Amino acid sequence: MSSISHHDRQTTSLANKIQEVTGVALQNCYQCGKCAAGCPVAGDMEMPSCQVLRLLQYESPDYDRRVLESESIWLCLSCDTCHSRCPQTINTPKVMYFLREEAVRQGLAHPKSKDAQAFHKAFLGSVARHGRLHEIGMLMNYKVRTGHLFQDMTLGSKLYQKGKLELLPHGVKDKAAVKKLFKRTTGNKE
Amino acid sequence: MSRLGVFVCHCGENIGATVDVTEVAERCKHMPGVAHAEDYKYLCSNPGQNKIKQAIEEHQLDGVVVAACSPRMHEPTFRRAVTDAGLNAYMCEVANLREHCSWVHEKADSTTEKAIDLVRLQVEKVKRNKPLDTIQVPITRSALVIGGGIAGIQAALDIADSGHKVIMVERSPALGGHMAQLSETFPTLDCSQCILTPRMVDVSRHPNITLLTYSEVEHVEGFIGNFKVAIRKRARMVDEDLCTGCGECLQKCPTKNVADSFNEGLSMRRAIYVPFAQAVPNIPVIDTENCRKFQGKKCDRCAKACPTKAIKFDQKDQIINVEVGAIVVATGYQVMGTERFPEYGYGTYPDVITGLQFERYASASGPTQGVIKRPSDGKEPETVVFLACSGSRDAAKGVKYCSKICCMYTAKHAMLLKHKNHHAKAYVFYMDIRSAGKNYDEFVRRAIEEDGVKYIRGRVSRIYEEDGKLIVKGADTLLGGEPVEIKADMVVLASAALPNHGQGELAQKLHVGTDPYGFVAEAHPKLRPVETTSAGIFLAGACQSPRDIPETVGQASAAAAKVTALLSRSHLAREPLVAEVNRKPAPQFSDCTGCLLCETACPYQAIGHEEIKDRNGNVLKTVAKINPGLCQGCGTCVSLCRTKAIDLHGYSNEQIFAEIMSL
Repeated sequence: MSSISHHDRQTTSLANKIQEVTGVALQNCYQCGKCAAGCPVAGDMEMPSCQVLRLLQYESPDYDRRVLESESIWLCLSCDTCHSRCPQTINTPKVMYFLREEAVRQGLAHPKSKDAQAFHKAFLGSVARHGRLHEIGMLMNYKVRTGHLFQDMTLGSKLYQKGKLELLPHGVKDKAAVKKLFKRTTGNKE
Repeated sequence: MSRLGVFVCHCGENIGATVDVTEVAERCKHMPGVAHAEDYKYLCSNPGQNKIKQAIEEHQLDGVVVAACSPRMHEPTFRRAVTDAGLNAYMCEVANLREHCSWVHEKADSTTEKAIDLVRLQVEKVKRNKPLDTIQVPITRSALVIGGGIAGIQAALDIADSGHKVIMVERSPALGGHMAQLSETFPTLDCSQCILTPRMVDVSRHPNITLLTYSEVEHVEGFIGNFKVAIRKRARMVDEDLCTGCGECLQKCPTKNVADSFNEGLSMRRAIYVPFAQAVPNIPVIDTENCRKFQGKKCDRCAKACPTKAIKFDQKDQIINVEVGAIVVATGYQVMGTERFPEYGYGTYPDVITGLQFERYASASGPTQGVIKRPSDGKEPETVVFLACSGSRDAAKGVKYCSKICCMYTAKHAMLLKHKNHHAKAYVFYMDIRSAGKNYDEFVRRAIEEDGVKYIRGRVSRIYEEDGKLIVKGADTLLGGEPVEIKADMVVLASAALPNHGQGELAQKLHVGTDPYGFVAEAHPKLRPVETTSAGIFLAGACQSPRDIPETVGQASAAAAKVTALLSRSHLAREPLVAEVNRKPAPQFSDCTGCLLCETACPYQAIGHEEIKDRNGNVLKTVAKINPGLCQGCGTCVSLCRTKAIDLHGYSNEQIFAEIMSL
């Protein structure tokens, strides 16, 4: 057989890793642009989702790097509009999540992604400790990590008055199980 | 003792590379009953066939085994060759050394051994072959055309013009199909009805065509050349012989609020109606679901108005039985409705319409006499957005395939809008422009270059209403996926073409195959495009897959040519490989005990029974009898018969057992 099939694509490409890890086949995208058309943040992205997928389709190291260094992958809200409307049922949010993880792994994450990364860490840290989210603890952690100490303070006090924020954490009973869960999924990194 | 000839073919390298062909021929020479054996490079070639003929004469052969490719490929070739040399065609058998041996095994001694075994089987069979003669089946020299759109009209006219009788069945009350609904046609912009209606009249006036409108195929049995079809002629409640088409009744009907399906629901009609002004036949129909009389109310205004007393409220459906030799399926398509698109409003926005509805607005015979208006408030839209690929090429929610006609009619729609309203703005969202066809791409370019239609490459994600406008949210992939938002007055969906409703049931009645989408399947995608999987049943037009008018007409004429070729013969030659109930001398007469289990088991209704009588007419025995014209040689009765009274010619029990025992 002389034609190039998906069996003999270069194995190190990002597209290949994505298919392996998330099961999303990027070659199915036929660039109709319906994802970008419905995306609430497409206007803020330097390249909208359809272009991210297009660059990945090339399977070239340069384009892969351009995607990982982009801010776009950090702007995705995971609202799933693109996925639910995609005529080819491509799970773009799943791809975006993978790309963020990969960007962090390779140290290529966009400088503006710091806040998002801090939030992820604060959120997961809280869950790891208590087995469920402790909002105030997480907020404090986030503020310390980012230095946005006084951001949204008025909103915070309103939330507190309405009883949405608890001072002390309410942990789950079996914390060992949570620890085990985290160990298994993260390989004991965090 | 028989004198057989064995001819082993190398098939170039196809057999020769893995099977030792010379060895096969050599070993065959020593098989009992074989008088001659040889091998040759290409037996199907002329010199190869001549070798067989010469050998038959030279060695006085009475049977031939050709060891070559599949009998599907060249059995007719070799049978013709032995007939030329004076043998009966059925004294020649083919051992399949290519598909069953050389192609599926490596080169080895065991492969050659298997090839020899395959030849031995056929040698044992041919020894027991009996000369058979082809069965001549008479052909009913008339055709049935199902569907009265442009495909059916063209096929019916072509068949009728060649001198054969045609029965045409149309489900709706009038001929014309979707083509009658169209305004102008691409790429010439000539009026669709103007070119169609003369053909409709031709059909109704043709001496060879019997037109049955408001009728459906109820039941089909039989086979190529001899179909028996029951047609349900639904009650019109109007006597077709008495009605003069004056239209008095239509004016008097008090029910005025029935959605007009000819106008795609964009206008209202009465309960007694003629679908459109030029309808053929011009005879009204009473829609019993909406007529007051049939809802138990007192009303007979139409009957009172009728000057010829043609209204018959007590008319009943009629079943008409016809016999035909060939059938043409021309049942067309339907379009996907707007309710199938959640992100475009689930059909709740009145100003989101289908392409077919736009055709009705653009048509001079439509609800607005050709002025393009929007359904919600009847205003002329200033900005119209056309969405190509609505439902097509959408594996997730629509259909996977390309509906083929949408690119062209969308360009036409945008063009018509600009021609009728010079200030209007037309936007087309598209994925690809598929305009292959004579003068097609020029037509699309004309829409863009001369009429200023704006083409935007991208799919639309969502449509919603805001301040009396439809907000169309798309993206321009040629600008790197930049979001585009258009405030439109009307949106036209070029919605996917689907198999017509009822297509599946009809396919079952006809025993024709369908593709995964439900379209009628062709016998071969390239070489037999107008034949179905059932012999004697042909297809034309969009029932096979979406297609435009020129293609449909071409295909209909092709189907008609196939039908006339079939009907030009008085008899059809069939293979004599049929089952027969044996006969024996008196007093046994036959092994058949007359249990007639076979009669009910036969899938082709080919088995009946006969009475064996003495000279005085007394019945001595009742035995099964197989009609060789209907028998397809499937062998069901053979395996079922408890007394082994039935045998299949060409595949008798004796032959099969001899083959097995030779191994």
